[in-house]
Amino acid sequence: MKLTYPHMGNLYIVVRALLTSLGLDLVLPPPTSRRTAELGVRYSPEFACFPFKLNLGNYLEAEELGADTILMAGGVGPCRFGYYAQVQREILRDLGVDMEMVVLEPPDVGYRELTDKVRYLVGDCSWWRVVKSIRFAWQKALALDNVERELLYLRPRVLEPNSLEKRYRTAVEEIDAAPDSRAISRAVQEFFKTSRRMPQRQGRFLRVGLVGEIFTVLEPFANYDLERRLGRLGVQVERSIWLSAWINDHLFGGLLRVKGGLKHADRLASPYLNSFVGGHGRETVGGAVACALQDCDGVIQVAPLTCMPEIVAHSVLPSVSRDYGIPTLTLYLDEQSGEAGIQTRLEAFVDLMAARRRKGKGGMLDGSFSGY
Amino acid sequence: MKKVGIPRALLYYYFYPLWREFFTGLGVQVVVSPETNKRIMDAGVKVTLSEVCLPVKIFFGHVIALADDVDYLFVPRIIKVEPRAYICPKFMGLPDMLRARIPDLPHLLETAVDMRKEETDPFRCWENCFQEVGRLITRDKRLVEEATRRAFRAQQNFQRQLAAGLLLPQALEEGNTGEVEVAVVSEQSALRIGLLGHPYNLYDRYISMNLIGKLQDLGVSPVTPESLSVQDIENKVGSLPKRLFWTLGKRMVGAALNFFADTRLDGLIYLSSFGCGPESLVEELVARWAKQQGGLPLMLLTIDEHTGEAGMNTRLEAFTEMIKRRRIK
Ligand code: SF4
Repeated sequence: MKLTYPHMGNLYIVVRALLTSLGLDLVLPPPTSRRTAELGVRYSPEFACFPFKLNLGNYLEAEELGADTILMAGGVGPCRFGYYAQVQREILRDLGVDMEMVVLEPPDVGYRELTDKVRYLVGDCSWWRVVKSIRFAWQKALALDNVERELLYLRPRVLEPNSLEKRYRTAVEEIDAAPDSRAISRAVQEFFKTSRRMPQRQGRFLRVGLVGEIFTVLEPFANYDLERRLGRLGVQVERSIWLSAWINDHLFGGLLRVKGGLKHADRLASPYLNSFVGGHGRETVGGAVACALQDCDGVIQVAPLTCMPEIVAHSVLPSVSRDYGIPTLTLYLDEQSGEAGIQTRLEAFVDLMAARRRKGKGGMLDGSFSGY
Repeated sequence: MKKVGIPRALLYYYFYPLWREFFTGLGVQVVVSPETNKRIMDAGVKVTLSEVCLPVKIFFGHVIALADDVDYLFVPRIIKVEPRAYICPKFMGLPDMLRARIPDLPHLLETAVDMRKEETDPFRCWENCFQEVGRLITRDKRLVEEATRRAFRAQQNFQRQLAAGLLLPQALEEGNTGEVEVAVVSEQSALRIGLLGHPYNLYDRYISMNLIGKLQDLGVSPVTPESLSVQDIENKVGSLPKRLFWTLGKRMVGAALNFFADTRLDGLIYLSSFGCGPESLVEELVARWAKQQGGLPLMLLTIDEHTGEAGMNTRLEAFTEMIKRRRIK
């Protein structure tokens, strides 16, 4: 069995740590690229969301490299994600691509279903070893989030962002390759030490909160490298979704205390959105409120085009904007969003935030700056 | 007499008899917005985001049409109307979206309708909703109970009529007593086309550009998903490898699978709204299965507020011509 799974930001590293330490054979798709998007778009329904198309592209590229089994998450929520795998399976079958799909999902009828699938994957590996592997992968998730957070903080500050990004990529590669937890923390420490010493600008920097649908937030290809663009415009990005928090919320039932958990965001979302609406809709609204409370200069929401929970969130964001006096920008993204258009809109938004900062916050705000 | 407004949109097409009886039973006057027209659509389009699907935009238009004339607006937060299946995220956030988008609304009756996992009685979730809504209107508990019972009877009657073959718009009419004359469509030569689509698209004559009327004018007798019983639907979707967890999507897929197996049909038309999330996947499955089964010709019609009527007419004519020729062969 040669296992593959779709990309979402740095998630591949965490999953790779888990699966290889369980003794599984992996064939990862190449990093998501233009070609991935082209393949995915060609064979997907026109109105499926962007993540669906990129996933499919990932599978097809992985198959070219010899993968024969797809590992994918599922769900039974109101958003479309839960039925991705079923439709993708039909598409692959019609294409004559012979790949098996193993979909891990929250149990519909009972935990048996889930444990059976895990058993199928890991063979006769002991549960103890499974737990150990999960721990190891979790350490990598935390490490990745730490270096990424540092990157977001430093990017607007350092004089040479290129070399900061190079260091970051090295750190990520080292974490990916790290065989044990000692090596993981060494990679993190090393990145901290060298990057903090880089020559920096002084002053206060604009801070923008990034909220939205998880895949679009975490996958730079899907969000057109938004964080990088903002950083280069001198803006510090405060992200609302982190891999480790997400894993904790969804897989560990929120047991651990990590920064940026979802429970908090849910509370903040009312009175604007009083119900969960699937996907990350409620967290988006709560995240926007959290940004306002943390004194950010603005909020950017990103979502795949036609994403229903995000449309609901977007619909109520003007109220948040009004009540807290914080501008918001929403970007719906798919394969047709032009790079130039995105850059222009980001620049305009940054100008707006800067102007408001100069005039003193709360001074003038003509509603939200809602792009679409 | 207090007035409660019910927008003629979205779930109106599923539950109006239920809602109407409940409120009249409480001694409240029910006001329904007029049929969709250009003014209503434009008003809705104006206050909503462009990303929102047409049916939701239209819903907003209906709310605006009612807002000044009523004391309450009934817009329950629909989470689940059957166990373990959702409708669409937009239904779950509807009251919040309304509040954020339309200033000075009348009092919203927005109690959540949320069928729990273990509940099997399809009316249970409404009973809870009605109890809460009733409390806001009257102190008389017995009155609420009585009105709830009346409402359930009306809804059951409505569903019986549909199952007996009455077209939905007629079944929705008030004063329909339940004596159903089954629509006779036995004329040998008539083409029979199965329709797929959300009721709020199919039966809203403005949204659908009178699709049903047009087909009839072309000599086609349309067969609607509502003529299938819940059991027909469940039987078919029950065989899917993964349970479908969308109430509306389930109906589409179930109806499609029933239609595939129906040898009396000559074709299928699937009407969907542009930007409808669940539809983008459900429609894809239906289209792929239709191809795999190779039998029935299928036409997909996607509409939004910019769809032109002329183009639609041409496509309908071409499609019916095509299946006529096919039949002669
Ligand atoms: S199901 Fe589709 S058409 Fe209906 S409200 Fe949701 S997105 Fe719109």
